[in-house]
Amino acid sequence: MPEITLSQAVNQAIAEEMRRDSNVFLIGEDVAEAGTPFKVTSGLVEEFSTERVIDTPISEPGFMGLAVGAAMTGSRPIVDLMFGDFLFLVMDQLCNQAAKIHYMSGGKLNVPLVLRTNLGATRRSAAQHSQSLHALVAHVPGLKVAMPSSAYEAKGLLKTAIRDNNPVVIFEDKLMYQDKAFVPDEEYLLPFGEAAILKEGRDVTLIGTSSMRQVCERAAILLDKDGINAEVIDPRTIVPLDENTILNSVKKTSRAVVVDEGHQNFGTTAEIASRISEKAFYYLDAPVIRMGAMDVPIPFSPVLEDLTVPTAERVAENARKIVSGELVHAL
Amino acid sequence: MKKNKHNTEFYLRLYKQMTKIRVFEDNANQLYLDAKMPGLTHMYSGEEAVAVGICEALRISDKITSTHRGHGHCMAKGANFNQMFCELLGKVEGYCRGKGGSMHIADQANGNLGANAIVGGSMGIATGSALRAKLQKSDDVTVCFFGDGATAQGLMYEVMNMAALWQLPIIYACENNGYSEYTTTEEIAAGSILERARAFGIEAFNVDGQDVIAVNKLASDLVEKARKGKGPFFIELMTYRYHGHHVGDINRTYYRSKKEELDWKNNRDPIQILGSFLESEGIASDAELMEIHSTISREAKDAVDYALNAAYPDTSEVDLHVFQEV
Ligand SMILES: Cc1ncc(C[n+]2csc(CCOP(=O)(O)OP(=O)(O)O)c2C)c(N)n1
Repeated sequence: MPEITLSQAVNQAIAEEMRRDSNVFLIGEDVAEAGTPFKVTSGLVEEFSTERVIDTPISEPGFMGLAVGAAMTGSRPIVDLMFGDFLFLVMDQLCNQAAKIHYMSGGKLNVPLVLRTNLGATRRSAAQHSQSLHALVAHVPGLKVAMPSSAYEAKGLLKTAIRDNNPVVIFEDKLMYQDKAFVPDEEYLLPFGEAAILKEGRDVTLIGTSSMRQVCERAAILLDKDGINAEVIDPRTIVPLDENTILNSVKKTSRAVVVDEGHQNFGTTAEIASRISEKAFYYLDAPVIRMGAMDVPIPFSPVLEDLTVPTAERVAENARKIVSGELVHAL
Repeated sequence: MKKNKHNTEFYLRLYKQMTKIRVFEDNANQLYLDAKMPGLTHMYSGEEAVAVGICEALRISDKITSTHRGHGHCMAKGANFNQMFCELLGKVEGYCRGKGGSMHIADQANGNLGANAIVGGSMGIATGSALRAKLQKSDDVTVCFFGDGATAQGLMYEVMNMAALWQLPIIYACENNGYSEYTTTEEIAAGSILERARAFGIEAFNVDGQDVIAVNKLASDLVEKARKGKGPFFIELMTYRYHGHHVGDINRTYYRSKKEELDWKNNRDPIQILGSFLESEGIASDAELMEIHSTISREAKDAVDYALNAAYPDTSEVDLHVFQEV
């Protein structure tokens, strides 16, 4: 099994699917010769030409709308949205149009498109280039939302997304593009709605999306040193959400910390925590803890920005508190 | 060209303002190369005549909105070195207490409503500021700076339509440096940018953005008209950015040639063009111009040292300013 970067994994997934299905095309700003600012799509234009790797003007609502129309009439577009923050520009086309068309048409029309974008702070890019906005789209019925946590997930989930007949938004962590993971030689797809249990444990369940998975894994190592045995789960997709894996784990451990890089208020952590509270209430020995990004616009100054995202130390600290019984009421 | 005292002083001021921007950017770039500046930044070097030519036609109560490539606009509208460098380094004495950084510098006291990291994101803000002036019956003018790439944003056409309908005192200043990121303007703009403005009945002009005197003359004329309720106007300023799209964009021959870059730097540099004019008119000698440069360089170096030693915000500031206290 070769070890490749998340960026290479995405590149391979796109190339493989474009080879397999001539209806697939890639569209976005500087995706061709420049290969995006993160160099994720480098080389694709050489293989597939500018007809299928399309550079656009800086017109996000425009090319998002084009993709919706092309998808409704037979294409399978992959839209590259350079920063997750630009979701706010494409919201109408994505949420009022793409998300609802299948339903509104009584199942007659469908919109098989993928919107690839990113999330993640601590790149010192300030408030308009650092947001993690997946909860925003997860709120809208009709959109699937995938959150790969390593190169392995990035490739397998993206290939599934491209073959899905619905609009899928996939969020890559922009700080992870150079992180490596082992990826099988042979073709593989990862199903939506299947969480991964990365470490089994009996004392507390740590649920982490995207790069927060690694934060949870590091927290679990810290907890091990204190004799606390944590289970770590990566939901992989938040719509659909694999409730069973999460609930079964919490039924075993009786405690959960949910960690995600979106803002905490009204966020992904809130959704997962409330499902646990509703559906595993009698199994719980402590309140379910949510840990999201602080509810502030992401500040530029490193001394401030670093405070806004969950860290392994803070996750471990909260886990210790609920395991020891020190924390009976939610923070 | 007639030589009188007023012009002499004014031309020297144009020269100093442009030099300030160039020197600021050289220092900012060095801070990046020395890994002393967090994140990335977009250099304004090469485009100085645009910001200076226009802002020198404005008074302090006139407003501007700026872009991700905004240091030049900030300096031209009156910002000082210390607070600028402090902001770039995330220090509490910066214009935004370290919360904004390079792409979000706002300087309300000088009429700068802020830089913007969303391409085209300030077009609504600028037009709204012009609406405010009209509602207040004030004769303040707003200038909206943006790049050629931003002309692809739909918002621009919505607000230009309203600005034209309501004769708002705004000047849309399109800095056409030939590229948006790694793509040439021809590849992203169909037809003519000026004609798009004209389609709304907005008077539109093209000017050499390397000639600060020409820019200033046109801007002064349009600002005066806009003050009298004859706005809006649109200017396309032909210019060039010397550095990469951002400081990290070093290997860029795949989208533009070294020869092209050298041609602009050697033959169309706005500071050199004005400098030669000042010398040929006997307004300043080469030595005097060098002296201006070294004085400003010393000031910038002091400001960099100041900013490097300045304090970061206290961690308690992280949730300050989400809302204003009522
Ligand atoms: C809405 C939006 N889309 C894309 C970007 C990424 N981006 C930043 S600068 C830039 C190019 C802007 O080109 P232009 O407006 O010509 O300004 P220049 O950089 O040439 O000064 C792009 C695509 C962004 N910041 N905002």
